[in-house]
Amino acid sequence: MPSTTYGKGLRGLSLATLAIIALALALVFFYAPLDADQGFVQKIFYIHVPLAIVSLCGFIFGAVLAAGYLRTGERKWDMRSYVAIHMALIFGIGGLITGSIWAKASWGHWWVWNEPTLVSFLIVLLLFATYQPLRFSIEDPERQSRYASVFAIVAGAFVPLNFIAVRLAQEFVHPRVLTLGGGNLPGSMRLTFLISLVGIALLYVTLWKYEMAAKNARSQVRRLRRTLLGDDNIRPAGRSAAPS
Amino acid sequence: MRTALILLRKDLRLELRTMETVPAMILFALVTFVIFHFGLNRATIDGQLAAGVLTATLLFAAMLGINRLFVAEREQGGFDAFLLAPVDRSAMLLAKAAALFLFLAALEVIAVPAFGLFLLGPSLGPPLPGLIAVLALADLGLAVIGTLVSGIAVQTRARDLIGPMMGLPLLIPALIATARGAGPLLRTVHASSAPPGKWLAILALYDLVFALLAYAVFDFLLED
Repeated sequence: MPSTTYGKGLRGLSLATLAIIALALALVFFYAPLDADQGFVQKIFYIHVPLAIVSLCGFIFGAVLAAGYLRTGERKWDMRSYVAIHMALIFGIGGLITGSIWAKASWGHWWVWNEPTLVSFLIVLLLFATYQPLRFSIEDPERQSRYASVFAIVAGAFVPLNFIAVRLAQEFVHPRVLTLGGGNLPGSMRLTFLISLVGIALLYVTLWKYEMAAKNARSQVRRLRRTLLGDDNIRPAGRSAAPS
Repeated sequence: MRTALILLRKDLRLELRTMETVPAMILFALVTFVIFHFGLNRATIDGQLAAGVLTATLLFAAMLGINRLFVAEREQGGFDAFLLAPVDRSAMLLAKAAALFLFLAALEVIAVPAFGLFLLGPSLGPPLPGLIAVLALADLGLAVIGTLVSGIAVQTRARDLIGPMMGLPLLIPALIATARGAGPLLRTVHASSAPPGKWLAILALYDLVFALLAYAVFDFLLED
């Protein structure tokens, strides 16, 4: 086992994440102007939208890593893909909850069907919610990795397709705040938003690295115990959705 | 190609002799129409509501076929035999998708007229050609995605659960396009004679993308 140390540079990265998130929060509360008709509650936008964007990118990142597994057949790629998708799911649920709060505060309903982004996001989340049950119900570890990777690739490709289809299904679409052409946010709001986005993205990367380091360390400890104590004295690993 | 045809013929012969899948799908669809009649408390329906009821019914009936698609292969060692044979593995994808497509077509030959008889307000005649076009494209998507999902789910312990859980979200975009494409055809007044081109194009594109995707990844589901 090559001793890949995911812990390398983790301290610096954690500090940078903390600093950027602190800066983003400071900007959100003290620098960005209050929205003219939504007031204070609009500030959840700076958390909600980055969470959702990072979560979707995380799903696609997981698909790319899964393709790495199918290409090389090395377990570490499957582990990376697993951690990426599982982190993206957590971020996604956060995005959905903050989105719901924002919808309640600004539109008066916890859920609105005529907002295509919200609906597409829910569908993607429902699809990726199958990832863990799928892994859990395949016992053979090698097959588990292979099938999970195939699923991750298909589901990753589904993300953009689904957004296009749902967008087209709406006759009435809310004004787009963020477009490829730059959007129509005033400068101070855009700066705050971009810094929040960087902060949440860094948080994702940091958490991903932490979990990789922990999983890696656990498997190394297990291997050492097996060499020192012998196979018979180690409890067999319980069945799990996570790659071991 | 020849391999795929042989596999397809085997699947069709199996279905003709055992009558395991298609009759169940048809009965399921008929019962669902009755349930919709009581659930909606309507004698006839039309327009977008009718299109939605038809699409949802066909989708859930298709799920029965999707769940059973690879069961014989797994239980009777068909996978092992196929892997031992020196043939292209994509043949399995092609054959199974074609079989599922034919099952769905057989289902619709019965279920769509039954829908016209039981629930649909306007007469089924004028919208039929457009409806056939929409349903053919929808069946293609169901066949491709269904085969892929079924190929993944059949190797899991909880395959009857994993299949629909994974398949339904993947099929939502196809479902949107099918229902919205069929809606204008089934209106009582101002019915259009051709389905909206936009939705046909989306459906065709969706089928194409997933066909390519399934072709690219299916081999990995068969190696052991």
